[in-house]
Amino acid sequence: MIRAYGPAIVLIAAAALVPFAITANTVLNFIVFALIIALAAQGWNVLGGLAGQFSFGHAAFFGSGAYTTALLQTHWGVNAWVAFALSILLAGAVGWIIGFLSFRSGLRGSYFALVTLAFAEVLRILANASTFTGGAAGTLVKLDMGPANFQFASRAAFVWIALALVGFVLIATIAIMRSRFGAWLTAVRENEDAARALGVDTLAVKLKAITLSAAITGAAGALYVQYYLYLDASIAYGPWISIEALVAPIVGGIGTAFGPILGAAALHGFGELTKLFAGGIPGIDLVLYGLLLIATIAFAPDGIMGLLKRLASVFDRRRTR
Amino acid sequence: MLSVQSVTKRFGGLVAVDSASLDVAQGSIAGLIGPNGAGKTTLFTLVAGFEKPSSGTVSFAGQDVTALPAHERAALGIARTFQIVQPFAGLSVVENIAVGAYLRHPARADAQAKARAVADLVGLGGQLEQSAAALTVAGRKRLELARALATEPRLLLLDEVLAGLNPSEIRDMIPVIRNIRDRGVTILMVEHVMQAVMSLCEHIHVLAQGKIIAQGKPAEIASDPAVIEAYLGQGAAKRLQAKPAGGADA
Ligand SMILES: Nc1ncnc2c1ncn2[C@@H]1O[C@H](COP(=O)(O)OP(=O)(O)OP(=O)(O)O)[C@@H](O)[C@H]1O
Ligand SMILES: [Mg+2]
Repeated sequence: MIRAYGPAIVLIAAAALVPFAITANTVLNFIVFALIIALAAQGWNVLGGLAGQFSFGHAAFFGSGAYTTALLQTHWGVNAWVAFALSILLAGAVGWIIGFLSFRSGLRGSYFALVTLAFAEVLRILANASTFTGGAAGTLVKLDMGPANFQFASRAAFVWIALALVGFVLIATIAIMRSRFGAWLTAVRENEDAARALGVDTLAVKLKAITLSAAITGAAGALYVQYYLYLDASIAYGPWISIEALVAPIVGGIGTAFGPILGAAALHGFGELTKLFAGGIPGIDLVLYGLLLIATIAFAPDGIMGLLKRLASVFDRRRTR
Repeated sequence: MLSVQSVTKRFGGLVAVDSASLDVAQGSIAGLIGPNGAGKTTLFTLVAGFEKPSSGTVSFAGQDVTALPAHERAALGIARTFQIVQPFAGLSVVENIAVGAYLRHPARADAQAKARAVADLVGLGGQLEQSAAALTVAGRKRLELARALATEPRLLLLDEVLAGLNPSEIRDMIPVIRNIRDRGVTILMVEHVMQAVMSLCEHIHVLAQGKIIAQGKPAEIASDPAVIEAYLGQGAAKRLQAKPAGGADA
C-alpha cells in the first residue's frame, strides 16, 4: 500500500507547499495552467495509455466540460460548483457516445484516432457558429469573486484546487492500475482477442475507459473556464488541447500514473524557461516543444518515467556490485 | 458437455466448416484431427464464440450458446488457447495469467494467488516475473494453457499446444494435459502430433474439408480407410493394404 501510493502522496503534498514559498503571480499562473494541462493529459492517459486507444480529439471532452460550466452559469445562473459537477458528467456522456459510435463499429488504431479528431472539429465548428455559445466572440463568465462562486482572488487557492483534482486522479489512476479493471484495460491494450478469450467484455471495458477519460479531461476544461472566466470555440474545441493532452503523457511516460503530470511539467517548464531567455523570438517555446517530443520518441520511448526507471536500475546494479 | 449440431461456416465462397456435428462427453479428453486447412481452428472459433456460424447450433452443458459472445461463453466455462499464441507481450508471465484469473477472482490478491498456482501446474512457476515476450516457444505454449486454465473452465479447447515443441518438451506436456483432465476439466484438443493424440484421447473426431468424416476410439480411427485417404490422398488406403502382400514396387 505505502509502496504503491506513497510517492503520489509525497509529490502532491510537496507541490501543495509551493504557494507558500512562491507568491509571484506569474509563477502561480504558470502552475495553474500546467496543472490544467496535466489534468487533461491524465484523462487522455486513461484511454490512450491504459486502454491503448489513441485519441486525437480530446478537445471534444475538454470543450464539452468547459462549455457546460460556462453556459450553465451565463444562461441559467446555475451555481458554479454545481455547474462544475454537471460539466464532468456531461463530458463523460459525450465520451460514452463517441465511444459507443466508434467502438461498436469496431474502429481501432488510426481509424479511431481520426474519428475522435473529426468529432472535435465538428463540435468546434458548431460552437463557433452558434449564437448560444457566443459564437466567434466567445462567452464571458461574470466576475463575482467568492468561494461560493468558485472564484478566488488568491491564485494560491486555485493552485490547491487544481492540485487536489490532479492528486485525486493520480491516486485513482494508481488504484485502477492495481484493480481488475486495470488488468482488463491492459489486456485490451495488449491483445483484444486474447482478452475476449479470457472472459473480458472488451466493448464494455473500452466504453468505461473513454467515459472516465472524457470526464477527467472535461473537468480540466471546466477548471480552465473557472480560472480564466472566458471561453471561445477555438479554446474549447481547438486542436491545441487535443495535442497537449496527448503529448504530455507521451513525453512523461505513456500508461504510467505519473507520466501525464511529469510530461506537462517538463513541457511547460521548458516552454516558460525558453520564453524567459529567448522571449523575443515568437513561437520559440513551440519549437522547443516539438524538439522535446522528437527527442522523447527517438531516445526515450517510455518517456521520463522510463528514463527514471533505467536510472534506478543502473544505481541498483552499482549498489549490489 | 459440448454438442455441436450441423454447424456450417462460410467465408465468402469458401466453406470452412461444412455441416459438422460432434459431441464431447463430460470429463473426457477428445481429439479433433484432420489435414491442414480442414477447418479445425475455425470450428474452435465457432465453439468459443469468436465467429458466428452461418448455420447450426452450439450447445454447452445443455444450454444453446450459439448467440452468446465470446466473453459470456468464457464466463460459462468455455476456454480456448490460440494456435498462433497471443501473449500480452508487455506483461510478465504472472500478470498474463492473472488476467484469466480475474474472471472468477475480482480481488487482486486472490487473482495473483490463483495465477501463481496455475503457473506451478503448467510448469511456469520459475518464470513468474519474466516478460511474456521473452519466453521460448515451449514457454509461450505453456502460457497459453495457463491463461486459459486460470479462467477455471469446464471445457478447455486446446489448439495445437504441442506444435513447435521438441520430443522431450512434448513428453513433458502430456502429463500436464492429463493432469488437467483428472482435475475435472473436459478437453477437446486439435493436434497434429499423433503420438500425443493416440495416448491422450479417448475419442477422436476427424475433420476433412470442413466435414466430419469419421469418429471413434483411437484404434478405430487409425485403421479407418476414409481417414487414411484424407491424410494421404485418394487410393492411399488401398495402396497401404496392398503393400505387405505386394512387395517392393510401391
Ligand atoms: N477468417 C477467415 N477468413 C477467410 N478464410 C478463412 C478464415 N479463417 C479460416 N479460413 C479458411 O478456412 C479454411 C480452414 O482453416 P482452419 O484454420 O480452420 O484450418 P485448420 O484445420 O485449423 O488448419 P491447420 O491444421 O493448418 O491449423 C482454410 O482454407 C482457411 O484459409
Ligand atoms: Mg488450425
